[in-house]
Amino acid sequence: MEIKIQTPLEEETVNRLKAGDYIYISGTIYTARDAAHKRMFEAMGKGENPPLDLKNNIIYYLGPSPAKEGQVIGSAGPTTSSRMDKYTPLLLDNGLKGMIGKGKRSESVIESMKKNKAVYFAAVGGAGALLSKCIQSSEVIAYDDLGTEAIRKLEVENLPVIVVIDKEGNNLYETAVEEFKK
Amino acid sequence: MRTIHTDTIINNIKEMCIEANLHLAKDVVGAIAHAKDTEESQLGKKILGQLQENMDIAASESIPICQDTGMAVVFMQIGQDVHIEGQNLEDAINEGIRQGYVEGYLRKSVVKDPLERENTKDNTPGIIHYEIVPGENITITVAPKGFGSENMSRVCMLKPADGIEGVKEAVLETVRLAGPNACPPIVVGVGIGGTFEKCAILAKKALTRDLNQSSSTPYVAELEKELLEKINQLGYGPAGLGGRNTALGVNIETYPTHIAGLPVAINICCHVNRHVMRTI
Repeated sequence: MEIKIQTPLEEETVNRLKAGDYIYISGTIYTARDAAHKRMFEAMGKGENPPLDLKNNIIYYLGPSPAKEGQVIGSAGPTTSSRMDKYTPLLLDNGLKGMIGKGKRSESVIESMKKNKAVYFAAVGGAGALLSKCIQSSEVIAYDDLGTEAIRKLEVENLPVIVVIDKEGNNLYETAVEEFKK
Repeated sequence: MRTIHTDTIINNIKEMCIEANLHLAKDVVGAIAHAKDTEESQLGKKILGQLQENMDIAASESIPICQDTGMAVVFMQIGQDVHIEGQNLEDAINEGIRQGYVEGYLRKSVVKDPLERENTKDNTPGIIHYEIVPGENITITVAPKGFGSENMSRVCMLKPADGIEGVKEAVLETVRLAGPNACPPIVVGVGIGGTFEKCAILAKKALTRDLNQSSSTPYVAELEKELLEKINQLGYGPAGLGGRNTALGVNIETYPTHIAGLPVAINICCHVNRHVMRTI
């Protein structure tokens, strides 16, 4: 099913999303990948607040290529999500509702998603030029020194993603592959 | 004896880094088109169509095909009758990479130390492989390698008794472990033989071979064909979301090895299998 959704991700939106749905996301989302996750995780471990409001928000695992003059952002596709698995349950416990990336998630992330009613979306890896067209604005809001790995606030319009793991823990990577396995 | 100035090498490598990140080679473009024609999954077909659209935007607007513009792998085949003039060759190659990544607005993805992890901010150093060959030319291959797929690659030190079946299982197991992580449809480069490091370099080199060109060794060509069929029966499909096209091609390179060993390296590359070759 094709569904258009708006951020922030309210619980009633999350409830509608099922593994396999094709989604167009509009609104504000945030980028963070390896180094930003590590830094947020360590800060939160010391009792500090993360540099973005996690509640009902979506993190896109993205480190874009640099924008040329006149461009909002460079190439902007997803990176492999599993590298963030170590840090993810803490973010989910603090209100994070959605993640956009590519590839498998660990059991502990999936358990935490079920507990916190969160969704995992896949964007198409290696389609960064195409995906960049859905990004209307980009602003570094934290960890500027990390370069491409800084935390960015993005305004997106109809960013195409697929629900891979829904809040019940249904996993499209497992079910779809079974269908086509010979 | 022919003299080649390092400025020529710098300029070529700079241009090749940019070109590789904006335009895929014809064989990869053709393989993606073929995958789209044959894909049975509707979602898979749609994803392959998006990959084609993505390549068009990358070319027309000079936006890198993928934001991971890779670590620059450079193969230098240097004719033994070439005299290189100018600066230190290794510095020149890295200068070409630096200029390409900075001037081409490519992502700087290299950290100076694997554990301290401070970004070098210009994507250097590259990974450089030198080979001395007959003649008075230099053939340069620039192959920027993304790490989503690099991370899913493996070296397996098999036993001679494992034989060809052991090799097949090692390749299939690697693809299964990679699953959706390596951005299928993937290209699989396999190196068989040599030593621990030799097979890994062979596997990397295999990724730069034209997908339409089979191995010149008949049994290896058969193995490439068989493995491609078997991989495409695993069901992962485009983006790992189900389908018949998990791989675009399997390229295998072999080398003599020790009586006690059967090293096998499997280097996985995503569909953004970048390689540009020039002879100067």
